[in-house]
Amino acid sequence: MKDIAVQTKNFNLWYGDFQALFDINLSIKQGLITSMIGPSGCGKSTLLRSMNRIIDRLDYVRTTGEIHILQHDIFDPKVELVQLRKQVGMVFQRPNPLPLSIRENILFGHRIHAGGKKSTKNEEDEIVEKSLKTVLLWEKTKDRLGNSATNLSLEEQQKLCIARLLPLKPTVLLMDEPCSALDPKGTEAVEELIWTLRGEYTIIMVTHNMAQARRASDECIFMLMGELMEHSPTTDMFVTPKHEKTAAYIEGRYG
Amino acid sequence: MFEATEINIRNKRIGKGIKFSFLLMTVLLATPVLIILAVLIQKGGPMISWDFLFSDPTNGMTAGGIFPALIGTISLVIVALIASVPVGVAAAIYLSEYAKDNWLTRIINLAIINLAGVPSIVHALFGVGAFVLFFKFGTSILAASFTLAVMTLPVVIVATRESLQAVPYAFREACWNMGATRWQTIYKVVLPNAISGILTGVILEVSRTAGETAPIMFTGAAFFLPFLPQSVFDQSMALSLHLFVVSTQVPNVPEELPYGVALVLIGIVLLMNSISIAFRFYLRGKKKW
Ligand SMILES: Nc1ncnc2c1ncn2[C@@H]1O[C@H](COP(=O)(O)OP(=O)(O)O)[C@@H](O)[C@H]1O
Ligand SMILES: [Mg+2]
Repeated sequence: MKDIAVQTKNFNLWYGDFQALFDINLSIKQGLITSMIGPSGCGKSTLLRSMNRIIDRLDYVRTTGEIHILQHDIFDPKVELVQLRKQVGMVFQRPNPLPLSIRENILFGHRIHAGGKKSTKNEEDEIVEKSLKTVLLWEKTKDRLGNSATNLSLEEQQKLCIARLLPLKPTVLLMDEPCSALDPKGTEAVEELIWTLRGEYTIIMVTHNMAQARRASDECIFMLMGELMEHSPTTDMFVTPKHEKTAAYIEGRYG
Repeated sequence: MFEATEINIRNKRIGKGIKFSFLLMTVLLATPVLIILAVLIQKGGPMISWDFLFSDPTNGMTAGGIFPALIGTISLVIVALIASVPVGVAAAIYLSEYAKDNWLTRIINLAIINLAGVPSIVHALFGVGAFVLFFKFGTSILAASFTLAVMTLPVVIVATRESLQAVPYAFREACWNMGATRWQTIYKVVLPNAISGILTGVILEVSRTAGETAPIMFTGAAFFLPFLPQSVFDQSMALSLHLFVVSTQVPNVPEELPYGVALVLIGIVLLMNSISIAFRFYLRGKKKW
């Protein structure tokens, strides 16, 4: 069981009276890229946002069931949200770099968790370089780290948004349609980047793009109207879908 | 092929008519403002001199200058700013960033809206009861400024809240998702991006109180006091009250004198507004998104 990163047990979620998730049971393996597909409004974002409890912000949300991350129940009253979010990073559909310099963006997470303890400039430089190198952005930005991050191209912004999570040493990265705001070239670049993170991080990626799910993930989850329909290795799902509705969706018969 | 049809022509004519009537309304609206300014400048302009601004009133306020009233008004506005900004900004941050949408928050919001509608003379009575008598500030600049501060709190809160809300939600989400606490998020990202809006909004709102008469009449502004206040516990003259006094309460005032006072009063408000607008433009130029 050691290799399960995220596990949900009979997880239900309501927005007020509207039930958005029904009895979700799934186990996501550590170090793999798991893509999540399904028509708009089927609850993909909702499920993703439950995994770092960012959904708690909405006080009309109610849940039952469990979510375990690395064998720890995240709804346990002893859980400190700050620690949870450090472990479970999130990348959004629209790149959302903070209106700070590139360097400050990378150091933001590091600093808020340092508790006032100042790192030396050397340590900080090292963090910035390492993170930017990991997302293949170092060469492009090393001479303009002080520039505003919001002036980068969307592709670069999205890479930066991934990079700024890394100094926190997360185990799980949640990505909600990380490429849907990008052009095909940017999509390809970010996809490649995500692929290089495989192994070191457990990645759950929502996507609307079948081709992307197919070429850039190990396992695939298909959701429909708040229910988990199918969870299989990507190659299996796209060749021999277990469920008739999965087949219909993949072939583009609805969506 | 692309000629206008009957319908096109008719629609265009309707559009023109509507545009013209809106323009008319705008002109109607702007006219009184321009006339007021023109009359003030024409009649009061000749009054304005170094002496008028910087000397004391003499001859039972029928001659001399307005220095004590000028200083009084400036002090009142500054102390009111110092009093209302921390409270108003803190309240707005709470309401915008922390408060959940429950009945308590709704009641507070309702109270703020209603507070904005309370007539200034009622604020004056509140000021007498609370600051002059209960807190024993006496009739003083402090009591008058606090009364002004209470009066402007609702607008300060609303202006601040709007600036906070103009900061994209995505920034907050980005912070929370890195494990930032609410305060870290507010302090490091929300406030730096809202501060220009907050400051300019607040200066704009509070400077408006420079013209208020009722709330300071019973709480700290003096009818005639031809020397400068030594501390915030002193009474002081104020331009707005002085204008009222020389226009209606004192015989044999030369006709231009009240216009001169009014011109200075409007000048102060316009000056603060322009500073605040200039400041806003300056900061907007530096905005990073
Ligand atoms: N904040 C919210 N409040 C109420 N209902 C919501 C909220 N967010 C999403 N929903 C509803 O929950 C369902 C699932 O939404 P979502 O998780 O965003 O779907 P997906 O990401 O798969 O498109 C939709 O029917 C949507 O209308
Ligand atoms: Mg979604």
